[in-house]
Amino acid sequence: MTFLTFLTSLTSEQVVFILASILTIGAALVVVTNRNLFHAALALMASFLGVAGIYITLDAGFLAAAQLLVYIGAISILIIFAIMVTRRMMQVSESPFNSQRGLGFFVAVAGFLIVAVVILQWFGGEAFAAKPPVAPAVLSNAVAALGVSFVNPNAFALPFIVISILLLAALIGAIYIAWPRQRIDPAEDEA
Amino acid sequence: MSFNLIDFLLSFLDMTVLDYANEVWGDQPWLSPLLSVIYIVVIATVVLLLVFVVGWTERKVLARMQDRIGPNRVGGRYGMLQMVADVVKMMTKEVIIPAGADRWAYLAAPVVSLATSILLFAVLPLAPGVVGVNLPSGIFYVMAISSVSIVGLLLAGWGSNNKYALLGAFRAVSQLVSYEVPLMITLLVPVILAGTLSLVSIVEEQTIPYFFYVPLAGIIFFISILAETGRSPFDLLEAESEIIAGFHIEYSGMYFGLFMAAEYIAIMFMSALFATVYWGGYNFFGLEDLVLANGFAIGRPIGFISLIVKIAIAFFIFMWVRATLPRFRIDQLLDFNWKLMVPLSLVLLFVVVLLNKAIDVYAPGITEFGRMSIHLLSNVIIGIVVLEIMRRRARRKREAEEGPDAGGWRMEPVLAESDETQLAHAD
Amino acid sequence: MIPLSWYLLVAALLFFIGLFGVFARRNAVAILMGVELMLNAVNINLIAFWRFRTVVNPLAPPPSGWAWAIFVLAVAAAEAAVGLALIISVYRRRDSTVVEDLDLLQH
Repeated sequence: MTFLTFLTSLTSEQVVFILASILTIGAALVVVTNRNLFHAALALMASFLGVAGIYITLDAGFLAAAQLLVYIGAISILIIFAIMVTRRMMQVSESPFNSQRGLGFFVAVAGFLIVAVVILQWFGGEAFAAKPPVAPAVLSNAVAALGVSFVNPNAFALPFIVISILLLAALIGAIYIAWPRQRIDPAEDEA
Repeated sequence: MSFNLIDFLLSFLDMTVLDYANEVWGDQPWLSPLLSVIYIVVIATVVLLLVFVVGWTERKVLARMQDRIGPNRVGGRYGMLQMVADVVKMMTKEVIIPAGADRWAYLAAPVVSLATSILLFAVLPLAPGVVGVNLPSGIFYVMAISSVSIVGLLLAGWGSNNKYALLGAFRAVSQLVSYEVPLMITLLVPVILAGTLSLVSIVEEQTIPYFFYVPLAGIIFFISILAETGRSPFDLLEAESEIIAGFHIEYSGMYFGLFMAAEYIAIMFMSALFATVYWGGYNFFGLEDLVLANGFAIGRPIGFISLIVKIAIAFFIFMWVRATLPRFRIDQLLDFNWKLMVPLSLVLLFVVVLLNKAIDVYAPGITEFGRMSIHLLSNVIIGIVVLEIMRRRARRKREAEEGPDAGGWRMEPVLAESDETQLAHAD
Repeated sequence: MIPLSWYLLVAALLFFIGLFGVFARRNAVAILMGVELMLNAVNINLIAFWRFRTVVNPLAPPPSGWAWAIFVLAVAAAEAAVGLALIISVYRRRDSTVVEDLDLLQH
């Protein structure tokens, strides 16, 4: 099969998936390699957007919206704020990588190859089966079912409460840690 | 059903053209993508063109409120073509990218702003059965996209390499992120009353507009959208007298025009959202579902016009507020949000949830009107309590500042001052 | 049609790109971004398995893949908040966000 016949055989869903994946992976590569931290943060946003597109091909529109809301609307903005506050560190001249870059690259590539082989051989090709059909009623009801499962003691009530407490603790902790104290005497700090 | 040109043209009049196309060509695989593309093109174009109308209206109404005439030269007696002339002017101006600007961020910022504004209209129900896409979680989509629009401001502020732009972006983000909280909480109130996240279902559930159920939540929502769109009295992010124009100070020509269009479109959408979730959207006393004996769905245009009128009223209140109130200070703005709006909206959400459940359990057969009365009563009580608390706090503060005897109204020494100035002039 | 393996491969690639970022970057904020990428890869897997495995169950169970994805989202938000607060605090004291400079315990 030549590349051209492959292109013409694509369905619209596959096209969406491939575009979203290219955006995700390409932007992720920019995130980890770009010298300019601000550009890396912008690429991080693009990567999150691509992941939201992948969610949509998985019939999870609610989660795609949640992804936009939490990752782009909150986490990325927080990261950009942190970059702006610490922007004296943004010298673009020096290398963005530390001395472990070779080892890290090797581990990442080797890990990916191992996982890829496992996925491709998984259950003798079951991973290549088509997406199973689902009744539209199940999908349109999924948000309501999710909400109910968060308050159902037999489902996710406990994890939900734990996560809520974790978020609250993280918020209080973040405010406490980042709160500007009295002018710190460097000598006292070293002692 | 076969294609009939007369029926096809008639279906434009009563806005059933989407249904008509589905009936005639419903079994074709190309129909649904084609209709989507046409809908996108039409909505995006109309929304962009409406910026002309909205911009002109705002300038004219503001001028009248400030005892001026407003645009009156270009395009006849009322200056109707003023905005067209302005856009032509902007198009012919050079786009100057400042030295040292972050080129990518600088160029992407207006695009992101405008795209997020237009994307919002995808889920807005325009008339019965006329909606871009009836998402099961439409409200959530609106929240998500409007939170992405903050990115455009950050990009502009950072990319311009200008300290005023950066200050404006910081102000904008702290303001928008803060006011998103009451906005989302008060958006959840109609969601709980209707029991659905879909905008279409929320409109259809509103036989009585939710503003009559929970007027306090409606008012908080309106104040939040004023802040979200950066309108006066919350226009700190572009305060001319302090930070010149905020995040778009370095933009010239049509790039500035894109920001302006994005702002107007966001205002239009937020007015439309307010009209949809609190004023019943396209509902008009049940007339919106009227179908004539010959199958002509006259109700749809009626519903559409009713929605447009509601949006216009909401937009008029926007302009009215802008012409009336002075700008907040940044600490007042954040205090107002975190110490009044957020707690109050949380209390409202709690009360609405509990009351709604209690009504379902203890009075399952209650009429819509009875349900409305109970919610309204609870809102009135909360409103009185909040006003009383605010009054006491203000009095305590005043007494702490001026001593315990300084209650009540005091006359400012206006007369003496003007005497002095008169004397000064006489000299 | 999109098979499950495509999703898993994209997620694995994203995960290991994030891992490389965590291993090799010098700036603490960049390391945090790598961690966020890894969390996203996990979320893709969770939702893909939900779509291909759980949802076809005729008993229509609660969407557990979504629930865990939302938990991961919440953990990511908490992690970003605390992590960035730490970075800002460290920057205030040591005037640097390069992790190699934070060697107070070694000396």
